[in-house]
Amino acid sequence: MRKILIVDDEPNIVMTLEYTFKKNNFEVFIARDGQEALEILKSQLPDVIILDIMMPLVDGFETLQHIRQNEQLNHCKVIFLSAKNKESDIEKGLALGADAYLTKPFSLKKVVEKVTDLLA
Amino acid sequence: MSSLVLIVILGLYLGMLFFIAHWAEKKEGSPMTNNPYVYTLSLAVYCTAWTYYGSIGVAADSGLSYLPIYLGPVIIAPAWIIILRRIIRISRINKISSIADFISLRYGNSRFLGAIVTVICLTGIVPYIGLQLKAIAETFHVVTQTPIRTNIFDDNTTYVAIALALFASYYGTRYVDASEKRRGIVTAVALESILKLVFFVVVGLYVTYGVYNGFDDIYQKAQHLPDFVARNTIGGLPQAMNWGLLCILSMFAIFLLPRQFHVAVVENNRENHLKTAVWLFPLYLLIFNLFVYPIAWGGNILFEGKSVNSDAYSLLIPMHFQNTAMAVLVFLGGFSAAISMIIVSSIGLSNMLTNNVLIPYNLLGNLSGSEQSINSRRIITSRKIGIFCLIILAYLIYRFFGLDYNLVSIGMVAFVIIAQLGPSFFGALFWRRGSRLGAIWGIIMGFVICVYTLLLPYAMGTTNTNAHFINEGLWGFSLLKPFKLFGLDYLQPVPHALFWSLFFNFITYFAVSVSFKGNYRERNYAEMFVDINRYSTNHENAFIWKGTAYKNDIEKVLVRFMGEERTRRAMNIFNVKYNVDQKQELADARLVKFAENLLTGYIGTASARILIASVVKEEKITLPEVLKILEESKENIIINKKLTETSRELQELTAKLKEANDSLIQKDQQKDEFLDTVTHEIRTPITAIRAASEILIEDEEIPEELRKQFLQNIISESDRLNRLIDKVLDLEKFETGKQEIHLAAHPIMETIEKAVEPLQQLISNKNIAVHLEGKATLVAWYDEDRIFQVVTNLVSNAIKFSPDENGLIVIAVHEKPDAIEVQVRDNGKGIAKGDFETIFDKFYQSTNQNFKKPIGSGLGLAICKQIIEMHKGQIWAANSSTGGACLHFTLPKKEQL
Repeated sequence: MRKILIVDDEPNIVMTLEYTFKKNNFEVFIARDGQEALEILKSQLPDVIILDIMMPLVDGFETLQHIRQNEQLNHCKVIFLSAKNKESDIEKGLALGADAYLTKPFSLKKVVEKVTDLLA
Repeated sequence: MSSLVLIVILGLYLGMLFFIAHWAEKKEGSPMTNNPYVYTLSLAVYCTAWTYYGSIGVAADSGLSYLPIYLGPVIIAPAWIIILRRIIRISRINKISSIADFISLRYGNSRFLGAIVTVICLTGIVPYIGLQLKAIAETFHVVTQTPIRTNIFDDNTTYVAIALALFASYYGTRYVDASEKRRGIVTAVALESILKLVFFVVVGLYVTYGVYNGFDDIYQKAQHLPDFVARNTIGGLPQAMNWGLLCILSMFAIFLLPRQFHVAVVENNRENHLKTAVWLFPLYLLIFNLFVYPIAWGGNILFEGKSVNSDAYSLLIPMHFQNTAMAVLVFLGGFSAAISMIIVSSIGLSNMLTNNVLIPYNLLGNLSGSEQSINSRRIITSRKIGIFCLIILAYLIYRFFGLDYNLVSIGMVAFVIIAQLGPSFFGALFWRRGSRLGAIWGIIMGFVICVYTLLLPYAMGTTNTNAHFINEGLWGFSLLKPFKLFGLDYLQPVPHALFWSLFFNFITYFAVSVSFKGNYRERNYAEMFVDINRYSTNHENAFIWKGTAYKNDIEKVLVRFMGEERTRRAMNIFNVKYNVDQKQELADARLVKFAENLLTGYIGTASARILIASVVKEEKITLPEVLKILEESKENIIINKKLTETSRELQELTAKLKEANDSLIQKDQQKDEFLDTVTHEIRTPITAIRAASEILIEDEEIPEELRKQFLQNIISESDRLNRLIDKVLDLEKFETGKQEIHLAAHPIMETIEKAVEPLQQLISNKNIAVHLEGKATLVAWYDEDRIFQVVTNLVSNAIKFSPDENGLIVIAVHEKPDAIEVQVRDNGKGIAKGDFETIFDKFYQSTNQNFKKPIGSGLGLAICKQIIEMHKGQIWAANSSTGGACLHFTLPKKEQL
């Protein structure tokens, strides 16, 4: 079973993503901010990470930088999922090494499609 | 001492100077070479071999008259702060590299005027350089006790002169841009200034205390000599006038001598160095003069009745006592004095010669068509050859014309010739009406008088002291006697010549300037020179020019002299400074002036103008326009005072406007940030709602429990959205002042109780204890609804941040002398220290929170702050002694008037 890590501080948003990916046969891990995510990544090697940007403590950009420094996570696809939809933010996210950048509000169908694409 | 040994010593000495110059060139910009002391010492290039040997000669032969040469500069030195600073500023801005540039630029980039100034300088200074070479040669022969050879190729001093010429031409022409600084030369000159002073003081001490028993001893012995009294009194009004005129002469010289202009202006890299020079330079001159008298009269006593050259006393005295080492020291001091002057003067003169004569009159060939490297090489080579030839020419003048007068008299002649630049030079600084024609005719007139009253009789005097012309006047007219022109018979030749030449020079300059108006360029530069302080940062703006010019053409010209890279850099600076679009094709007046400035350093002002004029199409500014400009400036002068006042007011106003503008820009940025955050905060609940709805509509197999959960989420997120919108609107109302408040006296405890009541459900959910402390009688002046809002907000925050167990909230009200203070404390984790201020910022919570985001808009505290400030109270955050957060606010007790 493929593994996905969802990192977001909005519980109601996380809940919808969790439900959807579980239904699509993913093993789902959840972190409420960057720090928690990095904690989980010490023991888990997910195939995909869905990452919010505006989070307390360690934000999404910083979290991604840590992820990209860890060689064990090389294979891991990272998708930003953020309400920040300015061109400059998208460019920054991709420049930092994200595989995709989706903006909120999102369509769950498209998020799943993107994840499946990336894993194909 | 044998010639060979002395030549070796000289070789070593020159080698050391080479080394110092080289070292300083590398250390450019270091405080070792770039400081006010080096600057001041380099000014002491004023003290040449003439000072070193000649003033002793004058003191010995004619007493006090050597003093004015030093008094003049000492008297004028305090004025440097104003005058020299202004000259330096003008020169720096316009990249002026010589006095010829300075004068010709002021009078409308006049090519002819630049050439005249150069000729005047050459006439005055080349013999003067010869004089220095003469001093070296003669003292060389004194020290080695050899006769001067008649065949110049046998004479060792010839080779010394050639070595000097090579040294100067190598080090003086490192850069094509003549306005560049030459740290090497300046540092070497400063060092030589120290050496000549030290050696002179050493020989002074030696004569005073070694040969004699102090100043008193010399005085006692000297006063028995014949003429002692006569030589040491000023002697009546006519003598005082002589004295006064000589002081004026040296005041002019300290500004106008090309070498002084070079070290004081061209090589100055900080205006503030003047502050040191103003006191240190007079002090230097004073120390130098301390021992002139003892040596002079010591020599007079020692050599009484013998015919020896009093100029050489400082050498002859030690040699009389077989003290060769001392004599060599003295010789090296004199050598230092001479070569500083020779090198600095020849560099200055050769820059003038190339930039003001050779290039403007196309004597170097057509520079405008060639490549940069060729042009640079050609200019540098011509300067090198120029320096070399000038020194050799000076040497030849000395050898073939003998320069039989003593050191001082020839130096004086040079001073008088250079002084002819005075009226147009100082006029350039202070008088707007001074015109090109006035300057030209003034200088010519002064020079003619100078030739008639000084050069001619001196030249004839060497061969025939009883010439008819001198004794009877030209064609027998006694009024035309060259030394007693128009019957003025009580002045000595030099002051006499100075008086008449300057008199006619000034009158002509004045009369011609007043009678014939200059062209608009002259007036334009007059404005810029006289009002330099106003234009010092944006002088390109002050330049009036009309016509069409293409940036491209101008750039091409620049490239030919500066190369691609430097041109590109310069153009960038220009574009940034004046905020000019890089793509703009047409050049304006500012660029024309900017380009002329850049070129000036390389090829002088006149050629710069000619070159730029060749690629631009200048429209003649019509006479009415010129008159209008003149008229405007005339009016300007009349209302100047008023203008200064208004301009100060304007400046203040501008400052205020700038402040307002800055705060607007800041507000704009804040607004942008605010909008960004608001959109983000709105999108978040919408996202949750959208995603939940998508699941509900797509997924029919969803378990009932989850379905309900998602629907519940939709409701709570919608509420959140609504709350957020309310708050944003609230805040907007407060910020724009649309929110009205209805102030009245209210019992504060009652309001607090009312506000806490609706929160009871939340409080008991979390099992929090709430304490209210304060007297029920306390009354404050506020709008109850708004303070209700504040208390609700603070208490809900306290609830949010209270620990899950044993939560405690204290609401305490205190009476202060002029306010009521309310505190809301919790026993949570407290506020990070750096955040006491920022928590009142809008949306503070969304980025900086160390636990899970509680439900809230992030606008609550920002709104509280607005409300409290509208009440003229204060709100601030702190941590309580137990570590929990504590929010304070104050309210006035009574109506605030």
